Amino acid sequence: MNHPLYQLILIRFKDFLREPGVVFWSVIFPIAMAWVLGVAFSNKAETVQTIALVRNGSPGNPQLNDFLAGSQPLYDSLTGNITGYRKELGDQKTGRQVYRLITVNRDSAILMVKRGQTSLMITEKADSLHYYFDPATAEARLNYLILSPAIEKEQYVFKGAEIKPLTTVGTRYIDYLVPGLIAIGIMNSILWGISYTFIDMRSRKLLRRMVATPMKKSYFLVSHFVSRLCLTIIEALILLVFSRFYFNLAIQGSLVAFIMMFLAGNICFMGIAVLISSRTANSNIGNGLINFVSMPMTILSGIFFSYHNFPDVVIPFIQKLPLTILTDNIRGIFIEGIGIKEIIPEFMVLSGFGLLLSFIGLRIFKWY
Amino acid sequence: MKQASENIVEIKNVSKSFKNVHAVNDISLTVKKGEYLALLGPNGAGKTTLVEMIEGLQHPDSGEILLLNSHWGRHKDFLHRAIGISLQETRFIDKLTVKETLMLFASFYSESSKRVDEIVELTGLQEKTRSYTVNLSGGQRQRLALGIALINKPGILLLDEPTTGLDPASRREIWRILLDLKEREKTTMILTTHYMEEASYLCDKIVIMHKGRILARGKLHELLSGNNSGEIIEFFPDNPEQKPDFSCLPGIRNIEWDEQSGKCKLIINEIVETLPVFMKHTHALGYTLKSLECRKMTLEDLFVEMTGRTFSENE
Repeated sequence: MNHPLYQLILIRFKDFLREPGVVFWSVIFPIAMAWVLGVAFSNKAETVQTIALVRNGSPGNPQLNDFLAGSQPLYDSLTGNITGYRKELGDQKTGRQVYRLITVNRDSAILMVKRGQTSLMITEKADSLHYYFDPATAEARLNYLILSPAIEKEQYVFKGAEIKPLTTVGTRYIDYLVPGLIAIGIMNSILWGISYTFIDMRSRKLLRRMVATPMKKSYFLVSHFVSRLCLTIIEALILLVFSRFYFNLAIQGSLVAFIMMFLAGNICFMGIAVLISSRTANSNIGNGLINFVSMPMTILSGIFFSYHNFPDVVIPFIQKLPLTILTDNIRGIFIEGIGIKEIIPEFMVLSGFGLLLSFIGLRIFKWY
Repeated sequence: MKQASENIVEIKNVSKSFKNVHAVNDISLTVKKGEYLALLGPNGAGKTTLVEMIEGLQHPDSGEILLLNSHWGRHKDFLHRAIGISLQETRFIDKLTVKETLMLFASFYSESSKRVDEIVELTGLQEKTRSYTVNLSGGQRQRLALGIALINKPGILLLDEPTTGLDPASRREIWRILLDLKEREKTTMILTTHYMEEASYLCDKIVIMHKGRILARGKLHELLSGNNSGEIIEFFPDNPEQKPDFSCLPGIRNIEWDEQSGKCKLIINEIVETLPVFMKHTHALGYTLKSLECRKMTLEDLFVEMTGRTFSENE
């Protein structure tokens, strides 16, 4: 079979698969990222906090003595002296927290705070304990709120309150993360895969050589779109299958809606890619242009963390970014279970935007 | 297919400027069927601009270009199928093999893999069909580019510096393919080059270009005959400071002293007439020579005569 469209698509796949680095970054890297972030934020077994403890010498504060007696001493491996204590607080429901209380003198304790090695310093008095921390630091405040009642044997969980950890599918971080990774995967795959290839082919004079044949320009563009669409589908499928088996992730909403948004995302970023690569033959300028477009969206579009933490004034702007629209809608389908009807406007916006930019890009496209 | 006149390529008063530079300035020329024409000139002479206008890759500001009596504006697809081109320095897709690259281009012309095999044989790339293009040598890459140009059995071949940067053996290999093609297929070819030897070895007609204009045109012997004819005595004196007057010698047409190298070039009518007198003259003056060469005039000499520049000098 020697149809030009078939050959053009075939060479795109061959070019892709013969670069092991490309396969790594587009297939293995997103999975590794999902795994690392998913595990890091979902299965936090325990975290260790270091506290600077300035002791008063014998006989010491009775409450602190009792608390430390129930802790595991830490020894200096050379001298065998006690250098501090390890104490685990909390449980599976409230979240486990390990404290390492390092016994130091006052000057060293202040140095530890200055160096950021600890956020809380406790000095022991015979009849009281003094807690030093920056009240503006949430972590320091939390450490104080957990340690202080534990040392003073007070209950910090209200009686009658029952704690129910959120572990249901759809409410975990991984449920939030995977739709974002799919969306950013589409953007990166298309922008880098298509824009960069076009610019590279132009700088090699290969575009010029190809349009000096009877090759249809539409075949050339369709081959790039189809091959990239296939690759983004493969990337997303691998990520979804991995998340399904490892994190038990499921699509709550309409699969058709997801496919529609996926396609709209591809069309949208294809348009941006064509426009970015329409003129330049310089790969450094190409790099700059792609970063100029993709970097703000990567940071702002709420891929890893919610964009609602940004100032209110910029949120309406963020919500209009193509990657935000794509991410929010895929997330809606995955987590909230929305269907085709809800995504139609965004589907139209992304597809229309992509087609418009493709049209403009092709009008000014430099083939020669 | 249109009725082809004897002139396969007709260029009429074509001009092209970039900003304030006249890359091609009012050039007219014709190429007949089966003719090999060389556009010869140093870098910046306007050869590539002219050939790219013939290839339809650039549009002339004024004038007209007809290939096979057809115009790029109206018969683009027909012309794409009728010509074969090789651009200056095309780099193909690195991780695609020679055969895959040829298959890709063959698909654009609806040619089969049988044609690809013929091209592989024609260009002598049998050993390299499974090599990635990035691993080819310069000569092999140029042969691949030539193979791609030939894939559609073109009636007109347009090659832009097909042997630039190649070693002599690779260059001769390309020449062999092109001469073979001329003999067997009666292909018409326009080739740009800055190698005099290439133009004189391959082509029936030579057009010497300089600063976007045609300085001279014709067959090699025509260019080097008539007003331009002549022979040359070239020598390096022992003492470059000493410059005796040779204008009294018989048949002298021009004397050129190269200040840098100390070389002297006497352009004369006939060596047999001037050389004996020259030898006597130098002997009488006690003027000793380090080296002496007598030869026919070349295209390079002609170019220097006309422009005062050598070919290696860039614009």
